[in-house]
Amino acid sequence: MATLVILIVFALFLTAIWTGGYDKQLLNRFRSHWLWDWITTVDHKKIGILYLIGGAFFFIIGGIEALLIRIQLLVPNNDFMVGDTFNELLSMHGTTMIFFVAMPLLFALMNVAVPLQIGARDVAFPFLNSLGFWLFLAGGILMNLSWIFGNAPDAGWTNYVPIASNEFSPGTGIDYYVLGLQISGIGTTMGGINFLVTIINMRAPGMSLLRMPMFTWTSFVASSLILFGFPPLTAGLFLVMFERLFGANFFDVAMGGNPVIWQHLFWIFGHPEVYIVILPAFGVMSDVISNFSKKRLFGYTSMVFATILIGFLGFMVWAHHMFTVGMGPVANSIFAVATMAIAVPTGIKVFNWLFTMWGGKIRFTTAMLWAVGFIPTFVMGGVTGVMLASPPADYQYHDSYFVVAHFHYVLIGGTVFGIFAGLYYWWPKMFGHKLGETLGKWHFGLFFIGFHLTFFIQHFIGLYGMPRRHFTYQPEDGLTTLNQISTVGAFFMAAGTIVWLINIIKSARSAIPAGNDPWDGRTLEWAISSPAPEYNFAQLPQVRSLDAFWFEKMEGNKKMIPAEPLGPIHMPSSTHWPFIMTIGFFISGLGFVFRSLEVGVLGLILVFLTMFIRSFEQDHGYHIELDEIEKTEKGANA
Amino acid sequence: MSAQVEHKGTQAHLPPHPEKATMESRNKVLGFWFLIGAETVLFACLFGTYLALKDSTMGGPSTEELYQIPMVALATFILLTSSLTSVLGVLGIHRNNIKQVKLWFWVTVVLGAAFLGLEIYEFFEYVHEGHTFTSSAFGSAFYTLVGTHGSHVLFGITWIFCLLIQLSRRGLNMETAPKLYVASLYWHFVDVVWVFIFTVVYLMGKVG
Amino acid sequence: MSRGKHLGRLLFVFSMIALLMAGCEEPAKSVLDPQGSTGEEQLTLIKISIYIMAFVFAVVMVIFIYVLIRYRQKPGDDSIPEQVEGSTKLELLWTVIPIILLAILAVPTVATTFSLAEKPSEEEEALTVKVTAHQYWWEFEYEDYGFKTAQELHIPKDKKVYLKLTSRDVIHSFWVPALGGKTDLNPGQTNTMTIDAKKVGTYEGRCAELCGAGHALMNFEVVVDEEQKFDQWVAQRQEPSSQPQTAAQERGEEVFSQNCMSCHAIDGAELERKGNKAPNLTGFGERDKIAGVLENNDENLEKWLKHPDKVKPGSYMPSFDFLNEKDMKSLKAYLQSLE
Repeated sequence: MATLVILIVFALFLTAIWTGGYDKQLLNRFRSHWLWDWITTVDHKKIGILYLIGGAFFFIIGGIEALLIRIQLLVPNNDFMVGDTFNELLSMHGTTMIFFVAMPLLFALMNVAVPLQIGARDVAFPFLNSLGFWLFLAGGILMNLSWIFGNAPDAGWTNYVPIASNEFSPGTGIDYYVLGLQISGIGTTMGGINFLVTIINMRAPGMSLLRMPMFTWTSFVASSLILFGFPPLTAGLFLVMFERLFGANFFDVAMGGNPVIWQHLFWIFGHPEVYIVILPAFGVMSDVISNFSKKRLFGYTSMVFATILIGFLGFMVWAHHMFTVGMGPVANSIFAVATMAIAVPTGIKVFNWLFTMWGGKIRFTTAMLWAVGFIPTFVMGGVTGVMLASPPADYQYHDSYFVVAHFHYVLIGGTVFGIFAGLYYWWPKMFGHKLGETLGKWHFGLFFIGFHLTFFIQHFIGLYGMPRRHFTYQPEDGLTTLNQISTVGAFFMAAGTIVWLINIIKSARSAIPAGNDPWDGRTLEWAISSPAPEYNFAQLPQVRSLDAFWFEKMEGNKKMIPAEPLGPIHMPSSTHWPFIMTIGFFISGLGFVFRSLEVGVLGLILVFLTMFIRSFEQDHGYHIELDEIEKTEKGANA
Repeated sequence: MSAQVEHKGTQAHLPPHPEKATMESRNKVLGFWFLIGAETVLFACLFGTYLALKDSTMGGPSTEELYQIPMVALATFILLTSSLTSVLGVLGIHRNNIKQVKLWFWVTVVLGAAFLGLEIYEFFEYVHEGHTFTSSAFGSAFYTLVGTHGSHVLFGITWIFCLLIQLSRRGLNMETAPKLYVASLYWHFVDVVWVFIFTVVYLMGKVG
Repeated sequence: MSRGKHLGRLLFVFSMIALLMAGCEEPAKSVLDPQGSTGEEQLTLIKISIYIMAFVFAVVMVIFIYVLIRYRQKPGDDSIPEQVEGSTKLELLWTVIPIILLAILAVPTVATTFSLAEKPSEEEEALTVKVTAHQYWWEFEYEDYGFKTAQELHIPKDKKVYLKLTSRDVIHSFWVPALGGKTDLNPGQTNTMTIDAKKVGTYEGRCAELCGAGHALMNFEVVVDEEQKFDQWVAQRQEPSSQPQTAAQERGEEVFSQNCMSCHAIDGAELERKGNKAPNLTGFGERDKIAGVLENNDENLEKWLKHPDKVKPGSYMPSFDFLNEKDMKSLKAYLQSLE
């Protein structure tokens, strides 16, 4: 049945492409629609906004899942959502928050800020950049379709086999996980490559590596972690897919397989993933703290090397997630010591932030509040991280609420606070107006209090013996009050998020122009108009120092010194092929989920067909002419 | 570093290194190197899985019984030769000699196809001997590793084939030349992976 | 927003949390109150790490609060602070001190990791128990004494217990917070772990690795007795009283052989077969809990027999709500008579 539906949709779709292509009127109507502009855009700033919308959407979904989990845990032996339903909730909450919230929101910030910070007109691969976004969205939607079409993934975000195998998780739940992540993973890898090449090849004249803003540096290191961290996940997902769909035997003990292989592959990806989502947040914090302390980042060089070191060590420590698997004391000790070593560069960062503020003039804007709230919160998560690194102690913490508390301190206290700081900071550059400061402070206050209420308590819930992923506890366990406090905290966070959404709508309605440089900025993005023109820089700037724009301001210049004469600017043309290719991937994913190989293969054929067309397409982009640039620039400065 | 993007279109005179001549082609080549880095990790994971599971034959034929080195050696020879021919093709690009480019890339495609044919034949043989994808953990790991490589070969020859069509239609220019260069990079990578497969899977499988 | 308000909020949060912590109930199973040497060793490490980390956190907080108060921008002050590049001395300081602190933590960490992995020596005459995890119950096999039991692990006080852990289906994890940390039970692999208990009592155990729908209720108990009492228990298990005494119990045995035998076993009973798919029920009447979750009484037993899935989601036990009242009563009587 499902196969038939998909086949019909596919046929309709193909007809639409081929006939629509010749029906000029229809196509023109499509093309003049505002949505078409967004679907086909290759402008990194617009893609950044798309990532923001997508990430925020999934943030709400993942948040609702979290609230349902907390409601279930409000009283002992609650029967609100138990058994498989609860497992589905926790699996989808984790997967959504990591892959479809943290990563796209960071990609949003990277897309908006990185090319502007290095003085580039565009990213290296605008086509791939757009494709990366659409694949992320397709993967996220595919996975969430599982709520509508029957059962959702129920083996945790870690998807350990054998509970993720056909035998113990019949139905299609896990297939949504596997294919959804595979599709969005391809997109993420492309995004990573795009930023690596952009940062290496497309810096403005004078922008040497050690003059790059910290956010660009951390994005660079995070991108290289994506590059080497995602393939193990891809490989692992293939193995699970082959086992579930084609009867392979990688993990089935009865056929000579070994379930621990998945754990290794998953965590070889999973640990770098932690740094993929935390490093860009570190970068945001560095920029925000330096900006609102009116000071240069303290110990910039050691910050850069600490970032690189964290990225490098991030690949050496995956097995600390597996101390209880039975790897033996030798392996456990090695991974324990390697893990502790990461605390050193992380500590360097924290102290450098503190000393950036030391002697500065701190302005408590909302962005800065998030950064200020981040420091104690993240340090809490960091110190519990070191505690977890010790295997004998970890035998007690492992898979208990202590671990849940730890990684939420890092992922919310680090990544989410970082994202919010970045959004409040760069909002004017994205939309031309600031987010409201009063509501922003309410947002911060509610979220910050709610966060600590929810998760501080969970350290103790874990130490008092409650394992994670348990849908209930017994009245005599003595965990009732603690869990209730935690649930109340979760609602505070939800309230904070609602205030944020109201803030977005309210400030968009009034849309008070923020001006080019609303925060007295230090880096290149503040030297151009808000929102940034599509070509970013009318003339590429000549960079003469770290904090290039601040340097010019101190020299008494209002603008950057141009490195080239004003001339026509070459731009890539918009293209709908990334979207079409994504539809191919989506159809293929859906086909494999429904165990219909024909549809799965058809989708892939569509993918290859679009690749083929793309390869033969001759499109050299277009030029923005001089008079148009002059007009735009005048408008922005008026 | 100038970020000028020049489009020379169809131009008779290619610069000596078209793959480094414009920002766009430099981006393409660098990006491709990164992709190769990612693919290396992917294959490393599949190698790891294979090594962990290669002894789980579940009563099926073991690696020593199964592998036939002469045929695999022939396939290896063919694939390595195709790497050489693709180098000759790239030399043609640097000399701006379209005939040489076409000839050697066509040879590459044919050799790649021959390799693929041998591999498919080999798989048929194995299945005949009871070594299938689902027969044991060893079977699954073997076909996944070697099959992933095979699909890379298939993708490679299709890709080069498409580029050859473009070459015939548009000639050697600033657009086709970097594409061919990148495709040959990919082809070398596929070769290098095969050298590892030949060593780790076949030779080490024979030694035991 | 003024700094006072911000600090006020912070203080408010932490004081509220402290208040609540003080007023909460006594936990039944706590890592912080270990009753065995494994748990004690682990707690020692937890404490060392907490002390070191509390020190680090305190240092950061002192600098943090000082900086926020001292260096906030005062109204009307538009001067530009000195743009300090950094300080090699300071960088070295906060590189070296953490390395020393971590070394202090690393040494006992590695030592304990190895000592916990040691097998008990011959002289210690450890009791060996083979633990097999199933979805969603625990099987304990006393290999030295030749019997199996389920859901309750009985061990003697002050004696090393060497656990051999494996799984029949998916990955589980064995955790008794008061006695020691977790070890995973992987299918096709046997892990080991040594525990002991220094105090008589019953300690709650949990499955700590997501294992399916019933994961949260895959509970078990570790019952610690004086050695003498433990030996009595062993003798009782080896010579169980499984013969029906009354007419009702006899009918119960019949019902059991018609409905339960293919999965459950009862040692010493005259049954045609001993199923091994589900818990061994020898001595069921003496167990504290039904299915590891419900208190063992008549009412709960009926609840469990009628709708196992409602008590423990995902349970493989079929529902026996089709038994008539008399049969149900007899079955219950028989099961409760097992000693």
